[in-house]
Amino acid sequence: MLLLDCPCCGVRGEETEFHCGGEAHITREGPASDDAAFEHYMFERVNPRGVHFERWRHVAGCGKWFHAARDTVTLEIWGTYPAQTTRPPEEVLETIRAARPGFKWRDIA
Amino acid sequence: MSSRLARGGRLIDRGATRTFTFNGRAMKGLEGDTLASALLANDQVMMGRSFKYHRPRGVVASGAEEPNALMGIGTDGHFEPNQRATTQELFDGLTAESQNHWPSLEFDVGAVNAKLSRFFPAGFYYKTFLWPRSFWEKVYEPIVRQAAGLGKAPKDRDADTYEHLYAFADVLVIGGGVAGLTAAVEAGRSGAKVLVLEQTGHWGGRAPVDGGEIGGVGAQAHVDALVAELESLPNVTLRLRCMGAGVYDHGYVLGYERLTDHLSDKSGPRHRLWRIRAAQVITATGAIERPLSFAGNDIPGVMLASAVRDYLVNYGVAPGDRVAVVTNNDDAYRTAFAMKEAGLDVAVILDAREAGGGALAIAAREAGIRVEPGRAVAKVLGSKRVTGVEICAQAGSGSVIETIPCDVVAMSGGWSPVVHLWSHCGGKLVWDTERAMFRPDADRAPTGHDGKGFVRCAGTANGALLLSETLQDAAAQGAAAARAAGFEATASGLPEVDEVAEIPPAAVWLMPAGASYDKRAKTWLDFQNDVKVSDIQLAAQEGYESVEHAKRYTTLGMATDQGKLSNINGLAVLSDALNEAIPQVGTTTFRPPYTPISMGAIAGQGRGETFQPLRRTPIHAWHEAHGVQWEPVGHWRRPYAFPKAGESTHDAVNREITTVREKVGLLDASTLGKLIVKGPDAGRFLDMLYTNMMSTLKPGRCRYGLMCNENGFLIDDGVVARIDENTFLCHTTTGGADTIHAHMEEWLQTEWWDMKVHVANVTEQYGQIGVVGPMARQLLEVLGTPEISKEELPFMAWADRTVGGIPCRIYRISFSGELSYELSVPAGQALALWEALMEAGHGLGVAPYGTEALHVLRAEKGFIMIGDETDGTVTPQDLNMHWAISKKKEDYLGKRGQMRSHLSSPDRWKLVGLLTEDGTVLEDGAYILDAGENDRGQRNMQGRITSTYYSPTLCRGIAMALLKHGPERMGETVQVTKLGAGPVLAKVVDPVFYDKDGEKQDV
Repeated sequence: MLLLDCPCCGVRGEETEFHCGGEAHITREGPASDDAAFEHYMFERVNPRGVHFERWRHVAGCGKWFHAARDTVTLEIWGTYPAQTTRPPEEVLETIRAARPGFKWRDIA
Repeated sequence: MSSRLARGGRLIDRGATRTFTFNGRAMKGLEGDTLASALLANDQVMMGRSFKYHRPRGVVASGAEEPNALMGIGTDGHFEPNQRATTQELFDGLTAESQNHWPSLEFDVGAVNAKLSRFFPAGFYYKTFLWPRSFWEKVYEPIVRQAAGLGKAPKDRDADTYEHLYAFADVLVIGGGVAGLTAAVEAGRSGAKVLVLEQTGHWGGRAPVDGGEIGGVGAQAHVDALVAELESLPNVTLRLRCMGAGVYDHGYVLGYERLTDHLSDKSGPRHRLWRIRAAQVITATGAIERPLSFAGNDIPGVMLASAVRDYLVNYGVAPGDRVAVVTNNDDAYRTAFAMKEAGLDVAVILDAREAGGGALAIAAREAGIRVEPGRAVAKVLGSKRVTGVEICAQAGSGSVIETIPCDVVAMSGGWSPVVHLWSHCGGKLVWDTERAMFRPDADRAPTGHDGKGFVRCAGTANGALLLSETLQDAAAQGAAAARAAGFEATASGLPEVDEVAEIPPAAVWLMPAGASYDKRAKTWLDFQNDVKVSDIQLAAQEGYESVEHAKRYTTLGMATDQGKLSNINGLAVLSDALNEAIPQVGTTTFRPPYTPISMGAIAGQGRGETFQPLRRTPIHAWHEAHGVQWEPVGHWRRPYAFPKAGESTHDAVNREITTVREKVGLLDASTLGKLIVKGPDAGRFLDMLYTNMMSTLKPGRCRYGLMCNENGFLIDDGVVARIDENTFLCHTTTGGADTIHAHMEEWLQTEWWDMKVHVANVTEQYGQIGVVGPMARQLLEVLGTPEISKEELPFMAWADRTVGGIPCRIYRISFSGELSYELSVPAGQALALWEALMEAGHGLGVAPYGTEALHVLRAEKGFIMIGDETDGTVTPQDLNMHWAISKKKEDYLGKRGQMRSHLSSPDRWKLVGLLTEDGTVLEDGAYILDAGENDRGQRNMQGRITSTYYSPTLCRGIAMALLKHGPERMGETVQVTKLGAGPVLAKVVDPVFYDKDGEKQDV
């Protein structure tokens, strides 16, 4: 059961306090999109072994969504950051680059 | 025979006799006994029968790893099957029964399976029951079901109580043997908060049995001193009878404490589940001795060498009078000494090593014990009890050299560290060839949130075999764990240890090395699931080469003991069959819990009323006092109907419907979701959430809206009221209040965070009462409610009014098709309002109505219900609700999804009404038949029933259904399935059965 730090209310909580919302930084495709783009947005998710960026909600706490960067193998948490961004913050990426040189996640490295 | 010795027994109290029953027979034991030691003291060696072949089985071990001596313990509401006699402490009045036999333990009909065992090899079920297919349901399945399962399931509700406890530790030590205690002392001295869990009722583990001197005193005295120091430290908590059950992510650990299982007095919680967060975990869980694989190694009287020693030393019980020790290592020689010490016979020590043993072997010879190096057991003699062993050379194929009479065989195939807890959360293992064991690889520990290891093993669990090695490792691990948790600690020096040196074991996986098929087919690996050496070899031969496949094909290690004795031996046999090294074959996955824990402990206090909170409307107590029949809706209880004395539920529902259609009814609608959406962008936001346009709604007005997910499927519906320019009140379904609130928050926070909108869930802050029926206005007027005429408060408008002195917000919305006012008040005033309405309406014939009447009323009007007409795969277009989908909006959630080819297909099943030709009520969930069959030989379907009721208004059955091309097929007759009968004929009609023009609600 993971421990996560909510970047909104600052509480370190147990996984049961949170709800995982899957892959982070997805771009929504609206009515103007073609079938391939829409299906990619709706259904295609990465499932990496190693560094991953996820959406979480502090559902039994402050109720806020946030993002977490973690390693799916070692369970290491690189950092949590607010949901109102389209890209992980540079300091989180720096931490990951230091620990996992050469990592790549989608187009982020 | 097995018996109680005249002296000895470090754990028993000879002055305290305990009586118990086994299979109905009264027996006596002593305080301090386990059920197993007490049974042995009563010469009850046979303790059960095996699962598959029903072979007689005796106790093999003395601890948690026991595969055979499984018992049903207790009676009635306290009965629990599959309890290990070796871990069940004896108490006065204990009742135990053995398992897997009929009619009795001594004589069992199912044992015929053993005679047929050559017809039941590994994979038998997979191979046999495949064909003919028609035999499965009528023949095979009943037989398999009859034979399946170990113990009997309890018949009564669990009469015990259980609880959860949360704990935090800097250093959690699992295991209270010398290693665990030593590590705990080192960590405790640093000031770290230390918690020590020991699964048995005693501190010290094996050391007091196996001997050796530490710091000039015996192992027991050393253990006592360690415990005394730990008890004196305020930062240390010690817990006996508390097993470390599982290690999970980020230092989460479950402890399983058995509080009353060892007591006659069962008051108080039976088990306590410890939910622990630890910065560092030390597993000092010791090791488990491995059986040796020789023919007849499952006959009662064949035991682990360490277990024989335990029964002698701990309980003063002799498992037999004359023992043959068979071993591949030095340690088992200690069992021969213990037998000698107790004044019993040692027939022979068979040491499979060609060169024999070390110092202990020399001591054995000096003590006059016959020691035979390079020898093995060819076969154990006896059926329900060992009568002797045939011995042979380990190197050969098993030609018998000599037959030696004995009634106990003490076997030792070496020791396997208990690495389960290390492995639960990803700790990796290395194969130690010299010690013939998998032990933890300290470089690949389970990692925590900081990416660093948080588990370390100490002592024997870490692969140490000698006492000095154990103590040194444990002290180092204890200090290291404290440091890792942020404390200053340096391991103290090793005390002087007096012990006998040992030479390495030999890897002996089959005895004799060239055993014939006949022998291998009687050589057991997994005692509980009856898996033999020949089964594993067959699995390998048939291509099940992965250890995980071989496990599932043969069921090796899949019983309640999870292969604690069998797994290493099994994979060694597999690796030999595959001609691969053991580490290449690898182990199966270790999963928590370490031994089975009770379902009660997992549930804890969360049973019955405390299983989940019950949500009550403000009017709940009134309903209860007025004969309500409840319906659970989510966590709520809603009135289903209010039957009067002597009235059936069905009659009550019909009466309630008629009351609403002809007079006036009251509905407690408080459970409906109420979400306030407020802010300058509220209208824009709701335009994205609802399929229709909400931003154009005028303050003071209401609009029905549909909500879809991005796939385009309907997820909720409800009436939206615009309160002012910036404020909307969104009604959701009862079940949707929390999910739709979360849905709104998700989109606001993660996608449209530029929108200035707040959402508040005020569902519980307001009570809501529907006043419904042609006399609804009259009723409100009785209470002096002003300005509620059609002109002053028209249909689909809302206004604030005072009703009987109570300020209300009144919504003129209708889910029944009748004149309807929904009165919303602060929750604290809802009951007063309800009672005022009931009283004022007395002369009008007012009556409360429940959810079933609500459902029928809406179905008569053809109104859809989320969860009936929808199931997560239905679009608004399927329900002919194009009128509620805005064509003007560029975008809304679901719009793109609804454009996908399958969702926009003209062949989708669409909403229609159905009327049976004979007026009967169709079955819920029934299908509408189509012509022909599909490729699986099943009848084709063209639709299904979504709602079906008896309508007292129309005096006949009515139904709503989704039907292929439905709206184009009005007047057509279709066939609807009926269970156990032929299809029912029904006519396709408009789903609005009552007041098609909607005149009654708009008056």
